[in-house]
Amino acid sequence: MKTADAKKQRTLSAETWRRFKKNKLALSGMIVLLALVLIALSTIVIDLVTDNAIYNNKVIKQNLRLRLQGPSKDHIFGLDEFGRDIFMRMIWAVRYSLFMGTIAIALSTIVGVILGSIAGYYGKVTDNIIMRFMDVLLAIPSMLLATAIVAALGTSLTNVLIAIAISYVPTFARTVRASVLTIKDQEFIEAARAIGASDLRIIFKYILPNSMAPLIVQATLGVAGAILSIAGLSFLGLGIQPPTPEWGSMLSSARSYIREGWHITVIPGLGIMITILALNVMGDGLRDALDPRLKN
Amino acid sequence: MMIPVLLGVTFIVFFIMSLTPGDPAAIILGDQASAESLAQKRIELGLDKPLLVRYASYMGNLFRGDLGLSYRNQLSVAEQVWDKFPNTAILAIAGILVALLIGIPVGILSAKKQYTFMDNSSMVLSLIGVSMPNFWLGLLLSLLFALKLGWLPSQGMGSGFFGLLRSLVLPALTLGTGVAATVVRMTRSSMLEVIRQDYISTARAKGITEKQVTNKHMLKNALIPIVTAVGLQFGHLLGGAMLTETIFSWPGLGRLMVDSITSKDIPMVLGAVIFMAVMFSFVNLLVDILYAFLDPRIKSQYKGKKAAAKKEVFA
Repeated sequence: MKTADAKKQRTLSAETWRRFKKNKLALSGMIVLLALVLIALSTIVIDLVTDNAIYNNKVIKQNLRLRLQGPSKDHIFGLDEFGRDIFMRMIWAVRYSLFMGTIAIALSTIVGVILGSIAGYYGKVTDNIIMRFMDVLLAIPSMLLATAIVAALGTSLTNVLIAIAISYVPTFARTVRASVLTIKDQEFIEAARAIGASDLRIIFKYILPNSMAPLIVQATLGVAGAILSIAGLSFLGLGIQPPTPEWGSMLSSARSYIREGWHITVIPGLGIMITILALNVMGDGLRDALDPRLKN
Repeated sequence: MMIPVLLGVTFIVFFIMSLTPGDPAAIILGDQASAESLAQKRIELGLDKPLLVRYASYMGNLFRGDLGLSYRNQLSVAEQVWDKFPNTAILAIAGILVALLIGIPVGILSAKKQYTFMDNSSMVLSLIGVSMPNFWLGLLLSLLFALKLGWLPSQGMGSGFFGLLRSLVLPALTLGTGVAATVVRMTRSSMLEVIRQDYISTARAKGITEKQVTNKHMLKNALIPIVTAVGLQFGHLLGGAMLTETIFSWPGLGRLMVDSITSKDIPMVLGAVIFMAVMFSFVNLLVDILYAFLDPRIKSQYKGKKAAAKKEVFA
């Protein structure tokens, strides 16, 4: 029984991959994303190996004599308002946006999955209490909620993460609850209960694996949204603080020098856009691949 | 359903803001204040009472239109919020207009000419529009149209009708483009759902013009998901307004909020967030009401429910 189950699972994901592969746009989104992950990981490794030497000397060290110099052979993206190489800062910024977005969404996925599956599985009063609470959170625009949380708790990396994570919990709770509701009355769940499986086992072993598809899509698009929110908060001075290279805060400080050099405004934004574009394209592709009926 | 949600919203925002570290009395009176006057102020602000009591009295005042006093200048929060609200409303409405005027026609055209060059390019553009951070777009627009070309002002709100209109162009485009991209995608996909239905062929067979088929038979049936999307996007718009207003020095609620956060003016932030959340809820309510106008079936459903309820009472 178990082996048959595992086999089915494999063919299902293989099937998804086969459909996903055909979508060239989504595939290129995935490649861009993999490249970004690679860049982010290698900057972390470089910092560990060189004991932050490159980070200190190239990424955050100021060189005011060369400030606002345009793109040249030595500095392909030019230098920023403190004479720092924008190319290096862009590269080092990848990890903040990408990993903070991912961690925030991972947190809210975990909380959302727990709340959503409890609400969907137990129903009745439990469901009502949890989902009404989610309705309340959903009634506050996510950027506003995140801003309020950061305003109250102060601007630190952790607080920004918590703020973004909380504002995305309701979306995941709703998604999971909806798919739990469609699955929980099916016969194989009844069968599992008949052989004496506990509620916890039923939820984690039988229900959740079957409600993965919408969750994966939601999470991919969620990371895109989270990265945008983090960049937005940093732009307002409520997120990651300078001199840490982060795209949103780079744009925020570029704003004062917009007259003196176009490159310091254009380039960080391009970084954000390409990342978000890759995630959106991949999310759309995943949705079509996981549920071909939705495609038109 | 809306009232409990609003109560919940106000409570959550109140609770979050009460987590702020630091003593409000010290913020108001400054560092030099004596211990007695600090204690006095704390009692005056009701900070010696538990959270729930403070919340209850805040809500009591809220229903009387009193949101407390700002820490920064001791002026009424409600008055300042009311003062800035029209400016944000103008900006938000202009943003929505930009989104609808671009989004719906392009979406319709895209659906009717599916898989043509026009469709593909509008899909690519809308994908870019969705992925572009709106504050970056704002910076780029002001770089190009205000600084390089000098056509439009990039800061503040112009006076007089034409001055206002001129100063509104860039912020409205900044705010509306992302929403427009979403509307294009939504319009296209919901038009595609109705476009191959039998009643469309029937309408064509009757011999009415293609324009009428599109506007009366297709669009009207495709409008509900579009309206839903626009309603939900309104929340993003309020969040985006904070960024847009900051970039263009637009004197609205969003900028008031950002300024208040930097100066740790808790009652002001609290008031502004609650006000915007309430606005968002009202827009969603409006969207629900709009459904009934757009789709008579929904209206008759409500009527059916009412009739059924009556029957139960009489049975």
